[in-house]
This record gives sequence, structure tokens and C-alpha cells, in this order.
Amino acid sequence: MKANYGYQDGSGEYYIAIDTDLCNGCGKCAATCPKGIFQVTPDDYDKDVARVRESLTRSIGMLCPGYERCRSRGPNCHSVCPTNAIEHSW
Amino acid sequence: MKTAGVDVGSLAGKALILEDGRILSWGLVPTGPDSAETATEAMDAALKQAGLTLGDIEFIVSTGYGRVVVPFAHKNITEISCHAKGSNYFFPGVRTILDMGGQDCKAIRCDGTGKVVNFAMNDKCAAGAGRSMEVMADLLQIPLVDIGPRSLNVEKGEVSVSSTCTVFAKSEVLAHLRQGAPTNDILAGLCAALATRVYGLLKRVGIEPEFVISGGIAKNVGVVARVEQKVGLKASICFEPQIVGALGAAIFARETLLKQQKKPVTA
Amino acid sequence: MLSIGIDAGSLTTKAVLMEESKVLSRALVHSSTRNAAVAAIDECLAKAGLKAGDVLAIVATGIGRNEVAQATGHATEIICDARGAVQALPDARTVMDLGAESSRLIRCDSSGRVTDFVLNDKCAAGTGVFMDAMSKALRVPMPDMGELSLKSTQDVNITSMCVVFAESEVVSQIHRKVAKEDILSGIHKSIATRLYGMLNRVGNEKQVVAVGGLARNIGVIKWIRELAGTEVLVPEYPEYAGAVGAALIAADRNKS
Repeated sequence: MKANYGYQDGSGEYYIAIDTDLCNGCGKCAATCPKGIFQVTPDDYDKDVARVRESLTRSIGMLCPGYERCRSRGPNCHSVCPTNAIEHSW
Repeated sequence: MKTAGVDVGSLAGKALILEDGRILSWGLVPTGPDSAETATEAMDAALKQAGLTLGDIEFIVSTGYGRVVVPFAHKNITEISCHAKGSNYFFPGVRTILDMGGQDCKAIRCDGTGKVVNFAMNDKCAAGAGRSMEVMADLLQIPLVDIGPRSLNVEKGEVSVSSTCTVFAKSEVLAHLRQGAPTNDILAGLCAALATRVYGLLKRVGIEPEFVISGGIAKNVGVVARVEQKVGLKASICFEPQIVGALGAAIFARETLLKQQKKPVTA
Repeated sequence: MLSIGIDAGSLTTKAVLMEESKVLSRALVHSSTRNAAVAAIDECLAKAGLKAGDVLAIVATGIGRNEVAQATGHATEIICDARGAVQALPDARTVMDLGAESSRLIRCDSSGRVTDFVLNDKCAAGTGVFMDAMSKALRVPMPDMGELSLKSTQDVNITSMCVVFAESEVVSQIHRKVAKEDILSGIHKSIATRLYGMLNRVGNEKQVVAVGGLARNIGVIKWIRELAGTEVLVPEYPEYAGAVGAALIAADRNKS
């Protein structure tokens, strides 16, 4: 399943998508993200997968500077994910 | 086998009882300040309808924003999954669901068994939820239920509302009124703008027939018509869009119990 | 060389009259006033003992800049804010413009030239509109909001980033008899979070300077400092930074 976490408001579309079929629950994204955006929890089908913390889905556009900007600053969720399960819409 | 699902939403609490895979009864109550209480009230209403007690129900799943505080639930499952399951009950061919309530909007893709394959939710921005319509109904001093039908009765031409933000859109609407635009034409513009936002969310998950709309927005014919136009598909709407979440939860309860008892889960 | 800068904002219209880099007079008029720009310019001239024809270099900025009839030129708020901020505080390299209906985050160099920016003029979160809605919901006058929020003793989180949803949250907090100063602190934190997000996007380089009307709110400034972990400076007359920048640009263009 592809889970899109985030929102769209007047200033743009901010979604981080996690493919839970690819995700193996390793938690490297959670450990690497400088803003602590991710966590690993059991989903509705009892599989441990990464997700954006429920408390942060509405402020994701303000915490995460976006794929390009974060990438230029160092290791990020994409660079450490072994299965390429994460996508950014900005 | 009797199972139940409880859906505590921001505006209404719903409970539904399933007997051997068929709807037996349901209850619908307004959400109060205490989610646990709301859940109990909704459950009591459903039990009363069916002439049962809580002890008769073998497994209960809770969902909705208040799902973790339902004291008598055995398990909780997100509303995304429950909506897909519930929609699948009414429309086994459903593959794309749009659910919009007062606070949020969800786009869900599912397979033939009602399992979610893709979803996106927007609960940050009022402009993408039913709330934006409530704000405008208040501003224009007309009943919420009139918005849909009136928006289809355009007089001079649909008035474009360009601001995404509900707060800025309010100023735009007032400016249009001052310039003498008919209210129906403004409502048409507002419904069109909401349909456009919704379409954006649907495109994120991809659109495939059968297309189902649930939640309060299903009752707004103006938005439904415009979304259908954009999507290019007719929308299926069940007879009571508000109970879909609780129904899905009750079905999950049944499936969990069958798995525990090592019995086959019939589709 | 005299010049005038006029910032026709959505809520207020600001004008400054300058001689080279010295401000001679300022004026602020509500934008809903008829001929607000004319009124602001006339007030500036009168305060300095001058007449309409005495000043020939007039640059207009702000959302209403194209309607300023006397303008001899126009410039965006982005470049005006940067020029104005560096003029007031020469070490300014990151400028936060907290306006009534929009907010901007600008990176600039030592001469006030813009190197990067992020603009929000489509979402009311993080703007004066949010503050205004909360002021009405709590029945606390706008000028008192910041100070009162500093008296908070308990953390209250406003989880919604949307003005409309936040309003409902605040109303339910009021019903639950949560103290006003605590709710206010939560509101200011919410606005600051929005702005911090924009700051995060462009990156912050010292000194971070806040301008615009909302920069006068010490509650917002305090929360930005805490969230960003950096000092935030506010010049005297923060709401005039755009107009000052426009006046400087007017003088520049006249020389060349």
C-alpha cells in the first residue's frame, strides 16, 4: 500500500509517500531524519512499517524543507532507506 | 456471530452491529466533549435497536479520530481501512473512494476485498474539507443543505473564486456580492473550487472505477456533480454515507474473530 | 536627494520620506481609506514642510503598488524588505516579513541584495489574519496579545495549522476554562511554527531580522527565537521596512 501523509493548502502540496509493501520496518529513516518526522509502528494489517508521526502530518511542510533542500544538507530518509520506499512531493 | 464497529468522528459517533456478515442495526449520536462517552452512547443506541446487550457482541473494533479511547473495543483500526472495507460491502466493485467530512478529506484506492492499496488524506486545511462550505453558508446566511441545489441553478454565470484559503475566499465572496453577483453563481464557483481541490487529491492516488463518495459531502449535489464531471465517472453513494466507517470496523471485527477461530473469511 | 517610498499593504499603507539614507518623516494610513496612498504621501510631505512637486522619485511596493498614481516606479516587497532591513540593521542577512495577509522569508547580502526567498500569500496561517481571528475569539485587543502570552505558565498546544480549525480549537479551550494567557501562548507558538518552517526552507544566517506589522508582537518573536534557536532582531518601526527599501530604490534609480 502507498500511504501519502501530509496535506495541500494555499501554499502548495506537501506529501511524503511510504510504500508499505517495500518498507521492511528497519527504522533507518526515523533515526536519520533531523526533524524526527518518522516512526515505525504496526499498521492496520499488523505489519511494522514506517509512517509520518500522526502529530506531524499537518505541519510536515513546515518541518521538512523538501527533498532537494534536505538532500543538499546531508544524509536523509531517502539516502538511508534500503528499499527506496519513500517519496516526496516537494 | 455478532460483531460491532464504533466510529468516533469529530461531529458524530456511529456504532453498527453485524450479525453473520449482515447489518443488524446502527446508532448515530452527536459527538460530545468526551469521546468515550460518545462511543458508549452510540453503542447503546445500536444495541437498543437490536434488542441486545454489550455482552452479546463477541468482538468490537473502534475507528475514527477518537478510536484509542473507546473502553469496550478489542482493537482499533484507522478510518482509512474501515472506509474501504465498508464501501466494499455496499459496492463490491469499488476501487476508488472519496470521503469528505467536516474536518478532512480522504482519497482511497482499494482492491476487490476492500483492502487499501493507496491513500492520501488532507486534514490540515479547511478549504479542502466540508468546513469551508459551513463557513460560506454562515457568511451568506443560507442553510448548508441549500448550497448544492442552488449551485446548480446558475443565473448569469459561475463566479470564479481564486483563493484557495477559506479565509481569503471569504473576502473575495464579499467583494463579488458587493459587485452584484447572484448568490447562486457564487455558490457555483465555491463548489467548483472545492471539486478542483478534491480532484487533485484523487489524482494523487489514481482513479479507477467503480468510484464511491461517502461522508457528509456526498449530500452536496453541487460538489458531487462537479467531481463526477472532472473524474469522468458516475459516483456510487450508499443510502447512509455516515455509517460506512463503523460498518467497515464491524467487518474487520468479524474477520479478526474468524481468523482467531481459524475459520475461513468468506469474501 | 529626496525620495519617497510607499508600501501599499493589504491592511495599512506606509510612506516614508527620505534624504539619502536618512528618514525625514513617516506616515501610516489604513488601506481601506479612500486614496490611502495620496493621504500617506501628503502626510509625509506636510510633516517635513514640503509640497507635492518637491519630491520626484517615488517608488511603490506592496499588493496595491500598481494603483499608486504618483509612483514613478515599482518594486516587489521582497527587494524592498531586504533593502529596508539592511538599512535599519546593517548585519541583517535573513529577513522575516510578517505582514497582515502574507509572510516572506528573505536571504540577502550586505548590500541588501536578495539571494533567496520563500513567499506565502495564499494561506492565512502565519499571517496577521490568524492573529486577528484569535484576537476576536479571545476578546483580547491585538496590541495586548503578545505581552499577555508571555505570562503563560502552562503549555497549550494548538494542533491545527489552519486559521479556521484553530479558531474552533481555541473556542473549545475557552469552554474548558483554560487560562487566556496559556491559550495565547499556544496561538503564538502556532504562528511561529509556520514562520519557522519558512525559515527552515531558506536557512538562517545571522543576523535574523523581523519586519512588518506583526514583528511588533513580542510573543511571536519569542517563539521564533525558541523554535529556531537563534536571536531575532526587530528594528525600530518594523512596519516601515518595506517603504524605506522602496525609498532607497527610488533614490538609486534616480541617480542612474
